Amino acid sequence: MSDQTGEDERVRDEGYDDLLDAIESGEGYYLECPEGHGSLPPRRVCPHCGATDLEEVALPETGDIETYTEVHVPAPSFADDAPYVTAVADFGGVRLTGQLRGSEAEEIEVGTAVAVGVGESATTDERVLVFRPA
Amino acid sequence: MTGVRVAGVGLTHFGSHPERTGRDLFAEASERAFADAGVDRTDVAQLNYGNFMGELSEHQGHQGPLMAEAAGLTAPATRYESACASSGVAVREAVKDVRNGEADVVLVGGAERMNNLGTTGTTEALAIAADDLYEVRAGMTFPAAYALMARAYFEQYGGSKEDLAEIAVKNHDNALENEFAQFQKSISVEQALDAPTIADPLGLYDACPITDGASAAVLVSDEYADEHDLDAPVAITGTGQGGDKMALQDRRYLARTPAAEYAAAEAYDDAGVGPQDVSVAEVHDCFTIAEVLAIEALDFYAPGEGIGAAARGETTRDGDRPVNLSGGLKAKGHPVGATGGSQIVEMTRLLRGDHPNSDAVPGDIGVTHNAGGTVASTTVHVLEVDE
Repeated sequence: MSDQTGEDERVRDEGYDDLLDAIESGEGYYLECPEGHGSLPPRRVCPHCGATDLEEVALPETGDIETYTEVHVPAPSFADDAPYVTAVADFGGVRLTGQLRGSEAEEIEVGTAVAVGVGESATTDERVLVFRPA
Repeated sequence: MTGVRVAGVGLTHFGSHPERTGRDLFAEASERAFADAGVDRTDVAQLNYGNFMGELSEHQGHQGPLMAEAAGLTAPATRYESACASSGVAVREAVKDVRNGEADVVLVGGAERMNNLGTTGTTEALAIAADDLYEVRAGMTFPAAYALMARAYFEQYGGSKEDLAEIAVKNHDNALENEFAQFQKSISVEQALDAPTIADPLGLYDACPITDGASAAVLVSDEYADEHDLDAPVAITGTGQGGDKMALQDRRYLARTPAAEYAAAEAYDDAGVGPQDVSVAEVHDCFTIAEVLAIEALDFYAPGEGIGAAARGETTRDGDRPVNLSGGLKAKGHPVGATGGSQIVEMTRLLRGDHPNSDAVPGDIGVTHNAGGTVASTTVHVLEVDE
């Protein structure tokens, strides 16, 4: 599908976009199998044990930064965003990768508590998973 | 089960050749391999060919038959794609087919054309080896992914940017005499530390360059080598492959690479050797921290103890177990789909004595370690001199 300007709109990715919608409205979740393994949608089986009965479980409100980096040489789709901080944060059942905003690079530490939300890329206006200091 | 010998090897110069096509690069590498092997092309049963980003860089899929043509073969040909481990996987499948009697002679190798995409285009193309939904859309690039692993390593085990710089310095020194290497130029620790940041704590000199190039090797069965009286003293005696979750965030460890640990254990077991028997290694140092993770996964060091190996002189060319005597991906270059094959080429030359750094090899057993993505795919091979 194309809009009036001729630019392609990204096709909606069910599962992933559902999760971003949920996080935007403050109702983030992840998937959990009977063994307690967490994973992210779209998912039909647990990637850790193959169980097929997955349930949506509420994503904890905050997670802890496990590792991060300030990216100076970006991919083209983030050209206008650089430098930006990409981090992996542990939310208990799952980890998420997102851009850390609202914090100076030198203030960040491993272990810093963050909340997850949805922002936009300054380059493409596409939605981005965003962390902010909690 | 027959043994597998490396009858001949060939490389192109690794470097910036933006106007050369992949087919031209692979034609050159394979021509060298056949000349080195003294094997008739009509005896080749199949081509196992590694390539990662051909659709993006050359608008060319289905490269198997194209590369068979380039190599002057009429044999069936298959492209293997496993990100930066593409030709490592191609080698492993070739070894299996020779062993099980499917083929007496296999041409194996790979090629990649990258410089025609420029830095941004290459960064974007390489990123497709990461999880598109949960990593690329969060702005992760490959340098960023390895920076995340480096930070996690420093947090858990310690280590510094200086330790990483020593690895870059070592690998540049090793490439000085390697005519196929992209950088035949030494660097200092200070230069490495002063280089622009790509994704902290990694700077420009922690990263391998963007490289065009091709690798090729002619693998033959023991019986074929005997029948044709080939001079092929190096055998591939062990092969292993490991896998892990695609995205870094879904891994059990952020500062260890279990896929490589598994591949190494499998390859050692297959060859009937242990890490203590290995005297030389070519490992996948796409970033300096990757060499640390590799030598720990190969069980040369316990987790957390590999970081200072270059600084302590243990993995340098005059050390007990030199690592990346070719210059590694860091200085030799990293034409993604050609890299796993190029490690077989370099190790063969190192072990049989016709590599410029052969005099630094302290024994006759070597391993190659080729990793795809953030080590979601890995192959490890054991090579031995067996006169």
